[in-house]
Amino acid sequence: MPKHPRPLSPHLQVYRPQLTSVLSVFHRGTGGALSVASVILIYWLWAVSAGPQAYATAQGLLHSWFGVLVVVGISGSIFYHLCTGVRHLVWDTACGLDIRSVYRSGGIALFIALLLTLAFWFVALWSVGLIQSLWKGVLS
Amino acid sequence: MAQFVLPIQSRVKEGMTFKAEGASSENIKRFKIYRWNPETEDNPRIDTYEVDMDSCGPMVLDALIKIKEEIDPTLAFRRSCREGICGSCAMNIDGTNTLACTKPIAEIKGDVRIYPLPHMEVVKDLIPEMTHFYAQYASIKPWLQTETPAPPDRERLQSKEDRLKLDGLYECILCACCSTSCPSYWWNGDRYLGPATLLQAYRWIADSRDEATGERLDELDDAFKVFRCHTIMNCTRTCPKGLNPGLAIAEIKKQLVLRK
Repeated sequence: MPKHPRPLSPHLQVYRPQLTSVLSVFHRGTGGALSVASVILIYWLWAVSAGPQAYATAQGLLHSWFGVLVVVGISGSIFYHLCTGVRHLVWDTACGLDIRSVYRSGGIALFIALLLTLAFWFVALWSVGLIQSLWKGVLS
Repeated sequence: MAQFVLPIQSRVKEGMTFKAEGASSENIKRFKIYRWNPETEDNPRIDTYEVDMDSCGPMVLDALIKIKEEIDPTLAFRRSCREGICGSCAMNIDGTNTLACTKPIAEIKGDVRIYPLPHMEVVKDLIPEMTHFYAQYASIKPWLQTETPAPPDRERLQSKEDRLKLDGLYECILCACCSTSCPSYWWNGDRYLGPATLLQAYRWIADSRDEATGERLDELDDAFKVFRCHTIMNCTRTCPKGLNPGLAIAEIKKQLVLRK
């Protein structure tokens, strides 16, 4: 009978998730998501140039509940990746790397990303008059 | 490459429970400990030990020694100095890597889960194979390299400012807590040197008496050896000596870029 090989000790399975590793995973995840998003953007640009039929199909897809979810996710990914990307640039100068600063800048990056995403959608919905009509609905 | 799931023969099974029979108090803490015996054909398992805390020392290592002496002499782990200077008892306790001898049991809520250092080949129970880790350390030539002859009448001296640059570096005890907390080291440990070895590399780069700084940087200038570090910072978060390997690696990267 062959001897049991030496096992590999547990890693992801037992290591406690922490702000350090979780923000890093999300930075990577949003980076990957943005690569996919660029394909969606290309598809939409293609649809714009391919005529009214293709454009209507693309708009229909993007306005479905799933499409809206994807687009909101992409906008959040852009701002999160931007904020943590700036954090990485600062780190490349070997600054802000003590663990207190790492936690503080992580919290700030998360907060600013959320703020930018909300502001982006506020401006976007305002410019098409959706906020105004919602507001009127609340008033009346 | 990243392998998120353990190989089949490394998967952990439920093991035995050693109840604290006739314990004098209600003050019982449960220790769930990773076990693997190379002399059997079995997979690793988690054994549970109930320990009477009224007759146990304050640190996790005290509990491990108590278990080995009083409950189960087959439990294997490394330990030596019991005061955080030898680095032998590094292990994964309550989800993070630290030294069993300086980790108070009271800091851990609920059961105490103890595993070997993560993503390492296991020799037995809590003992990981360290050969590769030490070989990586040796590869950075961890000694003073000079060309000029030493002064005949005294040591090579250093200003107080230059000596200060070694603070936060020379204290590293090579326990490997940081390297084995690093996902990059998990996935690319064959070629990425890892935080501990890189902190040591920077300790010699930063030393004003060393005359091989250029060669040291040449040696490190590689897509894998240094640049698999993605500044996750699990290393600094877990260092039981309060050092900052993440910062040391950033300093190496910075020097590699600035000298071009």
